[in-house]
Amino acid sequence: MDQFTINLLFVGGSFALYIGIAIWARAGSTSEFYAAGRGVHPVTNGMATAADWMSAASFISMAGLIAFTGYDNSSFLMGWTGGYVLLALLLAPYLRKFGKFTVSEFIGDRFYSQTARIVAVVCLIVASTTYVIGQMTGVGVAFGRFLEVSNTAGLLIGACVVFAYAVFGGMKGVTYTQVAQYVVLITAYTIPAIFISLQLTGNAIPALGLFGNDVASGEPLLAKLNQVVTELGFNSYTAHHSDTFNMVLFTLSLMIGTAGLPHVIMRFFTVPKVSDARWSAGWALVFIALLYLTAPAVGAMARLNITEMMWPNGGINNGAVTLEQIDNDKRYDWMETWQKTGLLNWEDKNHDGKIQYYNDKNADMQAVAEEKGWVGNELTKFNRDILVLANPEIANLPSWVIGLVAAGGLAAALSTAAGLLLAISSAVSHDLIKGAINPGISERGELLSARIAMAVAIMVATYLGLNPPGFAAQTVALAFGLAAASIFPALMMGIFSTRINNTGAVAGMLAGLVVTLVYIFLHKGWFFIPGTNSFTDADPLLGPVKSTSFGAIGAAINFTVAYIVAGMTKETPQAIKDLVASVRIPRGAGVAQDH
Amino acid sequence: MSDNSNNNAYWSANMRIIVVSLIIWALVSFGFGILLRPMLSGIAVGGTDLGFWFAQQGSILVFLAIIFFYAWRMNRLDREHGVDEE
Repeated sequence: MDQFTINLLFVGGSFALYIGIAIWARAGSTSEFYAAGRGVHPVTNGMATAADWMSAASFISMAGLIAFTGYDNSSFLMGWTGGYVLLALLLAPYLRKFGKFTVSEFIGDRFYSQTARIVAVVCLIVASTTYVIGQMTGVGVAFGRFLEVSNTAGLLIGACVVFAYAVFGGMKGVTYTQVAQYVVLITAYTIPAIFISLQLTGNAIPALGLFGNDVASGEPLLAKLNQVVTELGFNSYTAHHSDTFNMVLFTLSLMIGTAGLPHVIMRFFTVPKVSDARWSAGWALVFIALLYLTAPAVGAMARLNITEMMWPNGGINNGAVTLEQIDNDKRYDWMETWQKTGLLNWEDKNHDGKIQYYNDKNADMQAVAEEKGWVGNELTKFNRDILVLANPEIANLPSWVIGLVAAGGLAAALSTAAGLLLAISSAVSHDLIKGAINPGISERGELLSARIAMAVAIMVATYLGLNPPGFAAQTVALAFGLAAASIFPALMMGIFSTRINNTGAVAGMLAGLVVTLVYIFLHKGWFFIPGTNSFTDADPLLGPVKSTSFGAIGAAINFTVAYIVAGMTKETPQAIKDLVASVRIPRGAGVAQDH
Repeated sequence: MSDNSNNNAYWSANMRIIVVSLIIWALVSFGFGILLRPMLSGIAVGGTDLGFWFAQQGSILVFLAIIFFYAWRMNRLDREHGVDEE
């Protein structure tokens, strides 16, 4: 059987499984559609949250970004796990006690204002849609490769699949399907990592192999990697090269954003008790950590493999890989398959029949290159998002592993896209239409408008996904910035401060959202349309602060504006103070109520 | 009202636990992982230094410990103050 057939079998088989579960557990009533009847065990809920959470960004994109940058991109690892601490300590138990279905319901009730609720819905839609764009980028890469079509065709096919899938069921289908998706994605992520870790370090646990010794040279793996990449003029892998202030801000933005993303918070409405909400966050992080502890090993080991593949004779002085090897040697087949997607390319610029891969921006390297007759880096394109998917092929692993990784990557993108579409559709139908525009809408009409909202969201995301503002994980990072600047501060102040009133909260959310959105658009183009940006992240408007790191500043603006405005306007009424007091203690948490 | 003062005591105990937990949270990530990394550079871990380990793995392990500690501690605190769910 050829690789294409094997990929189809794995991808098709896993899809059949998810759709089967979705049909088996199809949502009947509205309350089931949103919150699965609240009968979900903390461990199950944690696993589903992990699948929901770990998207194309975590699975497909993150290790690639770490591989090509090294230590500086540790922000992704700390940011996307550290946010769970904020979620578990500051939000989850209280939102569960509050006992409603959506994030914007809490904001609307706590700030006793329909305006606050609508502003929250808008924040939520903006952040979630940006997030879906990142997912679509990943879906395009994965489908492009496994159907052996261009990235664009892959994206369009992927959009149809995601839509058909998300429209099928609500949260209940999604909860059990996501458990299955978690199992598929974690197996797909760890198996190739274990193989590669054994090949390189002899250690079956990749997280330990990363700090172990390279079998071939006997040196520590990371020391070997540093030596190999610096020889080619790249930055050393383990040292800190980026701006420290920006790194701190970026990590903080990802953390706060994690705790502000509606599709993750919604998960904690589905556990039976307040005490379960606390455990749930922990279990979610356990399942997430299995991937996040493996990811840095995947990145470092893939970087070493790729570099050695480009210089198969042992370093820069012994000759690069030849065009003939790429054409004929089976170990280089992956380069030709990925070239078809348009995401990987090379060019023999100096016509010596070899492909020299080095950092042609490095001044010292330019001198070396001139001496050797090189006229530039000849591995002209290596999209970071292909690294994880190409990894098993690069390491020459059996074809079933490659098929499994295909299924895993799609599971990651699909599960998150479905969760986000659900959050968007419930925001539109439940909060906007039923809550504000037409309270008398029938349950049938509400479900219909939920599905229409999903369709619109996915069309917008697909259109923007064709020209994404960055690699999958970078686009997703923007979504986190938006969530950090708008939703998280409102939720936190709603629980921890009785002083913040309706006007304060609305002003804070609007200020945080608008300032962050404008900062992002100034750097990434208005509405992410390429070419309309006035600044770039290489030379940002405010010193070292990149648009991906702005979320933390947006959050600070939100808090500040809310406090100042609340101080100048009427005090919070007693009834709301009582509501806050009741949210703070677990006793009396019943089942959630619709209103 | 004694009920009220009990709730206030519960809440301030909760706040103390949250503050301590968040100090540790910030220390392992922003501290050991980024800002204090140069100070830890003397401690070698598998070809690199302790700060690198904290940035890529250590912080995640500590985050897990914090969340499980908090869940355990708060569920006990709920019972001590009689505000747990029956």
